[in-house]
Amino acid sequence: MIAYQFNWSVIWRNMDAFLHGLALGLGLAVVSLLLGCVIGLACAFARTSRIKWLDWPVWLYVEFIRNTPLLLLIIFVYFGLPQMGVYGLDKIESFVLTLTLYAGAYMCEVFRTGLASMPNQYREAAKAIGLTPWQRQRYVVLPVMFRITLPAVSNNLISLFKDTSLAAAIAVPELTFTARQVNANTFRVFEVWITASVLYLAASYVIAFGLRQVERRYASVR
Amino acid sequence: MPAPLLRAIDIHKSYDQTEVLKGIDLEVYQGQVVALIGSSGSGKTTFLRCVNLLEEYQQGEIDLDGQPIGYRMANGRRQRLSERAVSAQRARIGFVFQSFNLFPHMTAEQNVMLGLTKVRGMASGEARERARSWLDRVGLSQRRDHYPYQLSGGQQQRVAIARAVAMEPRLVLFDEVTSALDPELVAEVLGVMQDLAKSGMTMIVVSHEMLFVRDVADRVVFMDGGRIVQEGPPAQVFKNPESERLRAFLGRFHGLFGA
Ligand SMILES: Nc1ncnc2c1ncn2[C@@H]1O[C@H](COP(=O)(O)OP(=O)(O)OP(=O)(O)O)[C@@H](O)[C@H]1O
Ligand SMILES: [Mg+2]
Repeated sequence: MIAYQFNWSVIWRNMDAFLHGLALGLGLAVVSLLLGCVIGLACAFARTSRIKWLDWPVWLYVEFIRNTPLLLLIIFVYFGLPQMGVYGLDKIESFVLTLTLYAGAYMCEVFRTGLASMPNQYREAAKAIGLTPWQRQRYVVLPVMFRITLPAVSNNLISLFKDTSLAAAIAVPELTFTARQVNANTFRVFEVWITASVLYLAASYVIAFGLRQVERRYASVR
Repeated sequence: MPAPLLRAIDIHKSYDQTEVLKGIDLEVYQGQVVALIGSSGSGKTTFLRCVNLLEEYQQGEIDLDGQPIGYRMANGRRQRLSERAVSAQRARIGFVFQSFNLFPHMTAEQNVMLGLTKVRGMASGEARERARSWLDRVGLSQRRDHYPYQLSGGQQQRVAIARAVAMEPRLVLFDEVTSALDPELVAEVLGVMQDLAKSGMTMIVVSHEMLFVRDVADRVVFMDGGRIVQEGPPAQVFKNPESERLRAFLGRFHGLFGA
């Protein structure tokens, strides 16, 4: 067995590409999470509303997404939509669409649980001072729910960030894809994958730390 | 005698099959403090919640300042008003809950301000001024920037009272507002309520604090099994209980009402 000779100069030369990949992955995760929150919120309210026929389509959407491998969804949306006559989405847009739908299903469940676990007393107090139904949602239910679900939303952001590595399958130049490219050009297997892993780890850690600060800032809801 | 500020006429309320209120008639006049007493399950909370339109009821009418609230007659049929309309009526009646129910994401001051700005439509400067003066009045000027979790139960309840009365409601309903408190915190809340009563606030108070009831209430109403069994001035009701149920109920507060 020949001792492996580490050569990190390859990494330094490609650091820009790595960092771009990392930033792209982060951006994709954040955008998908934000759009997913909008979908999730709408779905959570649809499922808890009194309008009964809204319930089952949302249920179907959530169950479908949560029980299908994400990689399959990514490939299906990227290669399948054009087959069905939907053109004009590039790789990144197609991936954001997929990850948004994916995040939306998970956020729906997060928000639904948040709404269900919110003590009814806050809604009652909001009623008692005379707030209208819309005002109760706007000034009491949503802000309290936001604080209750913040830890779950944070965890979802970190999972989504790691899931962006699957975009490599459709050649979106995020970190995993970049690492594969650099590896193919340089054959520095260990250096490349160690670098990618460390960058994922460091970024996840920084996000988690940042979100912990946000959670602390909003910790008034116990 | 002037017209009553609040008049409940023959209120009936059922949960599923069980009738919980079996025809409540009650009149409350401007500036009166009416104490509602009765054993657990007699329907006191349910009645207060009907008055504040937090519950719907199947029969009867509630008038505030001579105008029916909560329902209207349309083509001879009784109809619940829209939630928007009901909300506006609720703003004229304050409610203080046993469990405080402060908004957890707002400071004491913000809790008091919310209704003033969003319901009363006050500018935030004016609302803040009023919130501060009420927090002052309930002895919490030092605590106005605290969140509920940073306040003791007694302090939270005083904020809740400030939140209700700052809206300048026509009357305020208190549902056992001291029962969730440690004994040493009860007095500070009762003190605030006594102060409000003295200032002429119209109040309906559900309470097991019989000394408070005796000293502060103008009228005591004893409920049992969803009905009003006896009512009158405290001295009269406590001295001459007309029913066995009331005698048994008062007996629990031994020694308080003569031998
Ligand atoms: N949401 C509900 N669903 C079904 N039954 C209810 C509900 N709320 C109250 N009840 C019933 O209505 C009756 C009256 O309850 P209520 O809470 O008004 O009594 P109370 O006089 O306030 O008692 P307490 O002194 O224990 O607070 C009770 O028998 C109770 O079990
Ligand atoms: Mg009660």
